Parts: sequence; structure tokens; C-alpha cells
Amino acid sequence: MHRVRVKVAEDALDANQTIARANREDFDRAGVAVLNLMSAPGSGKTALLERAIEAGLGEARIGVLEGDVQGSLDADRIAGLHVPVTQLNTDPGFGGECHLDANMVRSALPEVPLGEIDLLAVENVGNLVCPAEFRIGEDARAMVCSVAEGEDKPLKYPLMFRSCELVVVNKVDLLPHLDLDLDRLLANLAAVNPDAEVLTTSARSGEGIEAWRDWLAALPARRGAPA
Amino acid sequence: MHELALSRAIVDAALRHAEGQPVAVVHVRLGSLRQAVPASLAHCFELLAAGGGCEGAELELEPVAALLRCRGCGREWDPAPPPLPDHLPGAPPIPSFACPACGGGGEVLDGEQLEVAWIEVEEREPEGSAGCTG
Repeated sequence: MHRVRVKVAEDALDANQTIARANREDFDRAGVAVLNLMSAPGSGKTALLERAIEAGLGEARIGVLEGDVQGSLDADRIAGLHVPVTQLNTDPGFGGECHLDANMVRSALPEVPLGEIDLLAVENVGNLVCPAEFRIGEDARAMVCSVAEGEDKPLKYPLMFRSCELVVVNKVDLLPHLDLDLDRLLANLAAVNPDAEVLTTSARSGEGIEAWRDWLAALPARRGAPA
Repeated sequence: MHELALSRAIVDAALRHAEGQPVAVVHVRLGSLRQAVPASLAHCFELLAAGGGCEGAELELEPVAALLRCRGCGREWDPAPPPLPDHLPGAPPIPSFACPACGGGGEVLDGEQLEVAWIEVEEREPEGSAGCTG
């Protein structure tokens, strides 16, 4: 036996990227814009989607792909709003993964009625780390950061905050009850991702929901960013 | 916590290129912006390699510093050191992904890679080739 060096020169996530591109070709063929929506658990992703759907997205017909380790609690909430929703659990078959990857999304695509929608919101598994690493074929990435999480989160999870073009700062109705310094949170965010668009919302009081709804409704028109 | 997912991708890439031969070394160029903890990556790699073609292989990590370039003024800078809570005594200043000169956004020139650069495999001598110097 002797050792032989084999040149690889490959990004370890290339395999995921290849599948993400295949997803993207399917989305493009169907004319569907795809949003990868991420956050820590409990930041309000589902509530924000509910409020936007209730407010109406104009011409855009939305569908939702719900990623969770197990259960269909979020999908059941969205289904109550009479939009197509598909549950994708990472528990059976995917080892209870803490994130969605391109292959998991691909496995769920046969259940997604791409022909009936213009916008697919993919609600990722609640986690500020791993979901940032795996592209799924999306056009846009957005994240929710609730004010209850503290102002230091952009500094602790820069990979996630840097990978998103929109950061929705949610639960601002709680500000009077918290020690959080909102300006500090926004400054930390600007230090990590100076290009990010920021919306402040409360899914509970309705504050900022119109701007969030408008941002979502505009996604189909700008479909076609690199996968 | 993402080290487990990254390690799985590294093992898969190494196995694909090893073509069935036992892997002895996996050399990975790791950009500082990936925020992967080397010790954690090595631990996860060892766990995932067990029982397969990468079992016992050494994971060599080559750190790559980050380099950003301002889209506005062209200034280049390294946002390192990695973020630390600024309330710790003696902690370095918070790194900035905003241009230190003009505050603009930067494009990443280097430091995002998780590249399997090369592997070393144990190659068995072909049958009857003992003593052959070619």
C-alpha cells in the first residue's frame, strides 16, 4: 500500500448546490418565485405569513412549504387560510435534521402545486445556524429576528444575518416590556449586513404588516436571481 | 452546531473522489467566514467517518482569512477577529462587515470556502507489480 494524493478542489456543499439548481429550474419552468424564510424557533415566521396572507397579496398566489422536524402544527395554521400548504418533516428519512437542504425540498416538490401558485414561501426549520449553509433553489432569503431575542444576535450568528437580503424585526409590540435597545440591535445588524433591508413588525398588533405584505407580493416580479 | 452538517458534506465529497479506496487524509480549506469551529468539525468528522471509507482518516484544516472589498470606495479589509460579546473584558472590538472607510457594503473576496482541496488514499499495489519501479 502507498498513499496517493487525489486532487479534489470542490466545495463540500457542491452536491447540495447541484440539487438546488435543479429545484430552481423546476421553479423557473413553473414561473414560481421562491422565498427561503428563516429564523430562530418562535420568532414569528408562521404568524407573519398568516398576517400577510390574511392581508392579501394582490395578484400573487402564494403557496407555503412548511419545514419542521416533526408535526404539522404550522401547516395546519396556514391551511386554515385556504392556501396550498405542504408539510416537509425532517424527522422521517432525514434523521431529524435541524435545517432544510436542497434534496429535502426536492423530495417534497411532487406535493407542491407549482402550477397553481406564483410565490412559494418555504418556512425553514427554526434555527439560526445550519439553514444559512444550504441553498434550496430560492430567489430570495429573508429572516425574522424578534426583539425578545436580544440585540446581540446579529453578532453571534453573522452567517445567517449576512445571508439574508431582508431582516424582519418582529414582536415590536413587546418593546415597552423589554430592556432591549432597538437602535443597538439595528446597529449590530448594520455592522454585519449593511446591505440588508429591515422591516419592523408586530404580527400581534399589525404594525408593519403592510410593508411586509408588499415586500412578499413584489417577489414574483423579480424572479430569476442566481440560484 | 452546523459542524455536523458540514462534516457530512466533507465526508461525502471525499468518498466520491476516493472511488472505493481507503481515505487516509482529507485536506480542507476553511474560510473564517464559515464560522465552523475546527475542533468540533474534527470531532464530527471522526464520528461520521467511522465504519466507512474515511474511517481513521486525518482531517487537515487549512484556515483561510476573510477579505472583503467595499463596493463603494474599493477599500479592502479583513473583518476578523470573529465576533465576541463586547461586554467581555478585554474582548476585541466588534468586527464590521461595513467598510471601515465609508460604511458601505462589501463583497467577499475570500474566506467563504469550505473546499475539499485534496485527499490522500491508500492505493493497493496492482497484482503482480511487486518490485516494479514504474
